[in-house]
Amino acid sequence: MLRYTLKRLGSTIPTLIAVLTVIFVIIRIAPGDPAIAILGDNASQQAIDALRDRLGLNEPLLEQYWYFLTDALTGNLGNSLVSGRSVLNEVLEVLPHTLDLTIASIIIGVIVGIPVGILAAVYRNGPVDYVARITSLLGLSFPSFYTAILLILAFAIHFPWFPVISNANLSDPGDRLYNLVLPALSLGLIMVAYVARTTRASMIEALGADYIRTARAKGAPALVVIARHGFRNAIIPVITVIGLYLGILIGNSVIIEIVFNRPGLGKLIVGALEQRDYTMLQGLMVIYAFFIVLTNLVTDLAYGMSDPRVKYQ
Amino acid sequence: MSIATQTPQERSGVRHALTELYHVFNTNKTSWVGLIIFLIVAVLALLAPWIAPHDPLEQNIVDALQPPSDTYWLGTDSFGRDVWSRILWGGRISLFVSVMSIGIAMVIGGALGIIAGYKGGRIDQIIMRCMDVLLSFPTLVMGLLVVAVLGANLTNLIIAIALTVVPKFARIARAPTVAVKEQDYIEACRALGYSDTRIMFVHILPNVVGEVLVLASLWTATAVRIEAYLSFIGLGVKPPTPTWGGMIRQGFEYILDAPWMCIYTGLAVLILVFSLNLLGDGLRDAIDPKLRNE
Repeated sequence: MLRYTLKRLGSTIPTLIAVLTVIFVIIRIAPGDPAIAILGDNASQQAIDALRDRLGLNEPLLEQYWYFLTDALTGNLGNSLVSGRSVLNEVLEVLPHTLDLTIASIIIGVIVGIPVGILAAVYRNGPVDYVARITSLLGLSFPSFYTAILLILAFAIHFPWFPVISNANLSDPGDRLYNLVLPALSLGLIMVAYVARTTRASMIEALGADYIRTARAKGAPALVVIARHGFRNAIIPVITVIGLYLGILIGNSVIIEIVFNRPGLGKLIVGALEQRDYTMLQGLMVIYAFFIVLTNLVTDLAYGMSDPRVKYQ
Repeated sequence: MSIATQTPQERSGVRHALTELYHVFNTNKTSWVGLIIFLIVAVLALLAPWIAPHDPLEQNIVDALQPPSDTYWLGTDSFGRDVWSRILWGGRISLFVSVMSIGIAMVIGGALGIIAGYKGGRIDQIIMRCMDVLLSFPTLVMGLLVVAVLGANLTNLIIAIALTVVPKFARIARAPTVAVKEQDYIEACRALGYSDTRIMFVHILPNVVGEVLVLASLWTATAVRIEAYLSFIGLGVKPPTPTWGGMIRQGFEYILDAPWMCIYTGLAVLILVFSLNLLGDGLRDAIDPKLRNE
């Protein structure tokens, strides 16, 4: 296991550097001069030159690349062109909102999705399974903005129980939770669908195993067979898969944050796009990339732990 | 894939793969339901120029924000444009972007996966590392970045979505290739002096097609959503061209006075995505022996 972990850790660094390279290339291949794009067509040559200098665009490309890499790896993401504040600080400021949203939707997904998945697997091909499968497929077909809009129409406008605009005061836990309900449900319902489907598939595989037949044959009660023999073997893939869905959650949280006008990484990224805040955009990409590389690493390690065969590859 | 139960002769030939696909459809009836709904949506969108009751761009301020009626089946938007006609026309963009981007990703990703799996060694390493790098970006975030940098238009939208999906196809195509390439019949092909290209794309491809097609229908569903999200954010095809995401964004601003704009357009996205998921899910169940309904 140690060797596998080290090997996997070792391959993370080149992946990270490659990911950063992709970001650098995409941002640099943008047609036109970023300085003109930021300042607009009417800017004076002087202003453009000054900005080019500030952005380091006058340096040779390789040098720019080197600075970009070393800065990114040491956590120096530069300052926002719009607010002038450190990109990292701006991100850290809104990160709790995005984390609240993602964590809450994972919790909703697990609490509802796992029992539904187990029930569907146990009563496989029965009416319960059928309803669970169709609704979960429908659930993961919902575009997240549609779920959000329907929830707003129902529980913020028709029944004005929750706010339409979710701008929570982080220091007040009650307010934070109250503002989280609708956004978290919008994302959580999608998560429920994913988790239920994975749990069902994983449980069906576990329940079909020989050791389940043995357990049944020796007269273990049905509930014990399902919970101890079945579910304990089925849970590992579910946990791993939740890690994989983090990417989907992060993407969808961008949309949810826009619909609810909620602060977070998503709103930051859209704001940066609208205002052509070049350094902010670049910094956010680096942060997303770090986050995903980290999740992939953890997911791979979890695979290695749950399935010894993986280590030999 | 029921590789283990097949004889070598059965495995080769794309025609065989297609016959198997037909059986697969019949094994799981939900895939037929999905396919039929998808085809209905596709036909409606394709026929938009002939069946749309109104011009999707024609503004009629007097009729702005009208609720659904006999003249305007699904109501009008804030410019008095017919929502139903705009949904039909918007569907063309959704379908074009999603089918094109996934088609491109399927061909490139599938080929890369087969090459990586068949060649192994250094080539495999390089291809799959590159794929890992592309996989490091959430689809929507990558799409955002590419469209923001290259500019929002139809071609860039397709490139952005295809780029994020290529690695998924490479991974799904590589796995069965690795499993199959050690088998006797591939060995036999080599002994007969067949070229690598012929072995890969005539004899290995049929083993990969099933899973690739399942992935294609599931990812087309995602592509429809990504296109809608990007248009919603304002990075899609520019107005006044109707796009589902753009219409929902516009409708959201009038959600108190004219909720039909959001509700019906969102429903259109949902129906299309659901049909593709039904299709892909049914196919997957049918070709995955572990989940087979028997």
